[in-house]
Amino acid sequence: KNRQLPLLSSANLVFLVEMAAQEVASQPSDTLTTLKTESETLKTKLEEERAKLHDVELHQVAEKIEALGQFVMKTRRTLKGHGNKVLCMDWCKDKRRIVSSSQDGKVIVWDAFTTNKEHAVTMPCTWVMACAYAPSGCAVACGGLDNKCSVYPLSLDKNENLAAKKKSVAMHTNYLSACCFTNSDMQILTSSGDGTCALWDVESGQMLQSFHGHAADVLCLDLAPSETGNTFVSGGCDKKACVWDMRTGQCIQSFETHESDINSVRYYPSGDAFASGSDDATCRLYDLRADREVAIYSKESIIFGTSSVDFSLSGRLLFGGYNDYTINVWDVLKGTRVSILFGHENRVSTLRVSPDGTAFCSGSWDHTLRVSGQKYLRLSGVVMKVSHLFCLSPDLGLNVDWNSDVSLFSPQLDSRITRRL
Amino acid sequence: MTINTLSQDGVQRQQMPCLTKMERMIISMQDPDMGIKLRNQRLLITVIPHAMTGLDIVEWLIKKCSISDEEALHVGQLFVKYGYIYPLKEPRNLILKADDSSYRFQTPYYWMSTRWPASELDYAIYLAKKNIRKQGELIEYEKECYNALHKRINHTWDFVVMQAREQLRASKQRRKGDRIVLECQEQAYWLVNRPPPGTQDSIDHGPERRTTNTRVQLNAEFYKKEIEHNRISLARNRVKSSICLESYVKYCEQYQPHDPIMQGCLPSNPWITDDIMFWNMNSETVALPTKLRVERWSFSFMELLNDQMGRKEFLTYLEKEFSAENLCFWQACEDVRHGETAKIPEKVDEVYKQFLAPGASRWVNIDSKTMEKTLEGLKRPHRFVLDDAQMHIYFLMKKDSYPRYLKSELYKNLLARAIVPQETKKSVFPFMRRQRHSSPSPALATQTAEDDGKAKYSNSNSGTASRL
Repeated sequence: KNRQLPLLSSANLVFLVEMAAQEVASQPSDTLTTLKTESETLKTKLEEERAKLHDVELHQVAEKIEALGQFVMKTRRTLKGHGNKVLCMDWCKDKRRIVSSSQDGKVIVWDAFTTNKEHAVTMPCTWVMACAYAPSGCAVACGGLDNKCSVYPLSLDKNENLAAKKKSVAMHTNYLSACCFTNSDMQILTSSGDGTCALWDVESGQMLQSFHGHAADVLCLDLAPSETGNTFVSGGCDKKACVWDMRTGQCIQSFETHESDINSVRYYPSGDAFASGSDDATCRLYDLRADREVAIYSKESIIFGTSSVDFSLSGRLLFGGYNDYTINVWDVLKGTRVSILFGHENRVSTLRVSPDGTAFCSGSWDHTLRVSGQKYLRLSGVVMKVSHLFCLSPDLGLNVDWNSDVSLFSPQLDSRITRRL
Repeated sequence: MTINTLSQDGVQRQQMPCLTKMERMIISMQDPDMGIKLRNQRLLITVIPHAMTGLDIVEWLIKKCSISDEEALHVGQLFVKYGYIYPLKEPRNLILKADDSSYRFQTPYYWMSTRWPASELDYAIYLAKKNIRKQGELIEYEKECYNALHKRINHTWDFVVMQAREQLRASKQRRKGDRIVLECQEQAYWLVNRPPPGTQDSIDHGPERRTTNTRVQLNAEFYKKEIEHNRISLARNRVKSSICLESYVKYCEQYQPHDPIMQGCLPSNPWITDDIMFWNMNSETVALPTKLRVERWSFSFMELLNDQMGRKEFLTYLEKEFSAENLCFWQACEDVRHGETAKIPEKVDEVYKQFLAPGASRWVNIDSKTMEKTLEGLKRPHRFVLDDAQMHIYFLMKKDSYPRYLKSELYKNLLARAIVPQETKKSVFPFMRRQRHSSPSPALATQTAEDDGKAKYSNSNSGTASRL
């Protein structure tokens, strides 16, 4: 391009020459930059549109509800058996069995209730980051650094080598980050570090649909519990959460408010919203009908990323497993934290609530899995939640849950009456 | 043209958000007015400035973040683990103690965000210094590292030794206090970046993300697709937040009695009491369901269909109404949608014969437009060919049969007869723990019937024995 250069000082001249040189050099990316800018402008407009119908905050709506008070959580089972970091777990529909996978390639099926191991398989790869239980309870799927998702039918014959019946289903070009069966044993949904998700037919290994749209690794996914059962949500390293139509492969909605990688996504039980957990140490709630983020769950003292999230059965509680070894429990409606659970000695990498909501299971880099729930204390037939301290009058006929270790004391009485049950 | 999205080392990017947050807090901890009160600490005969006690740190965190002492200790511990604060007296133990043990802030020069990854050369110089300063000061694993480095970067070893000597000479010229501080800082840095075997590696963070294998081409096509998506999203219909958020309140309220973690469950939560009555009473094949379960069928049509027993009851009702074919059709469509790809054509054909063909034995009443479209699609059957018809019948049942079922004698009767379990009375003696019964594995469904007897109620104690 010809430019009329006015008389300038030498410094300015140098600057202009550099600019011109850059322009020439970047000719091919001119259209790319314009496209990128256009996309960014549209995104800003989209956020403005989304803000227009946002007439109230969630915690305002929740003001009329009673606060939950503090919960105390307690671990009920500790599953030891993995020799390395536990990376992923999933519940069986029978509400007591689970499958878990670890860094050293081991995939174990447990009866978490009795803590017995029922099956074990060693994958030919390390970092098995994804595992899922089939709806029938007859098979498990897993994968990781092998870039594949394989299905192992569970055999009760102790002599049978599970690996012999292994079916290779999905093939990606980078690590498998998550997998999940759809409503039957016949189809599997996968997400991968190659930036895509895909739907596969288990019997034939054929890819039924692929989902493109993320700009970087996809780290997590969850199937929608909706009536028409046709959508799922995914989260990735591009800080985006995308909702997909399983039939057409199209991205229906996307949300980009997190400040870092999204490690976990989970639908609210009604299917109208989903929660996400990210490396930016926050969990966020996105409503699909309002088409926007509606809540952020964060605290100054929570510095490390959320690795996994799940809702309690009613959707009132949101459980988050964090990279600082803790599990934080949030009141979804009020936005406050109602409990913090210590116990794991390394990162919590995976967390799922059981299918009937009776407990939640967390897996950690400390090689263990823990099944935990709320601590209860029953006094004279009234179920009470255990807080750190509370007062009683001393004449109650106590009928106590002996699994608790709670201090009872009353300020009206002598402190000698303090007892540890 | 591909634009590489990796601007920094992939792994470091993962750590950055939490490191930035930590550093922000560290800086406010050092604020002259609102931060921790620092004082001089006496170490034998030397006075070390700007020290604080573990208790100071914990108390500051409790106040700043409004958290409990347990959480404050936990958060403070992370600062020590990641090398932002180091202990003075026992520098080898990166542990925070909430007592009068002394700690100091690490100099930003050694922060994880500035100096990562730690260079081999620097480590070699550090170990060489230790070795020169006092023979035998290197502990076992350090000796191993030293020897390994000596082999690996042998070509620069003269430089390493020379640097080590230079740094030692320079440090001799400092005041004793400064020298001790610098040595502590350096030692803490290496404890974090080269942890002794057996201790936890705080910089361990799993497989790399955003590697070159991600291969998502951020080219013109990608952006064009994104623009198209954004345009469609702009035009989307949205619902007011007040309406959406109100629905959560209602949902949570409605389901709260059914949420075991929130409100307990009757007779008792199996994980707490080791009693599986709750699971037995809610199984698929129980004779009489619980009241809560039957109530839940009235929450939504999905709830009714998702429960096998609910589905069966609904089918019984529909049979009385002579519209059972609707539910059967819906189930058959589900089977097509979620079944094996290879079996689709024959399944679809079966569905057509039973439900859609003129004069079919269980003909379903679909509107003519949908029927026409479906029949056209059947010429080339695919997984979703029955979707429209299925949805039509689904909404028909939802709007018509379902509400009538809820008002029917069949449902009301069942609800009246349904069980409200008695709460399990806990034994007074805490030492009598119930035996945890195992249950038949769902995988048994694939085994022959004769095996059933063996696997069934075998008692097993909780604990170590694995049944592999």
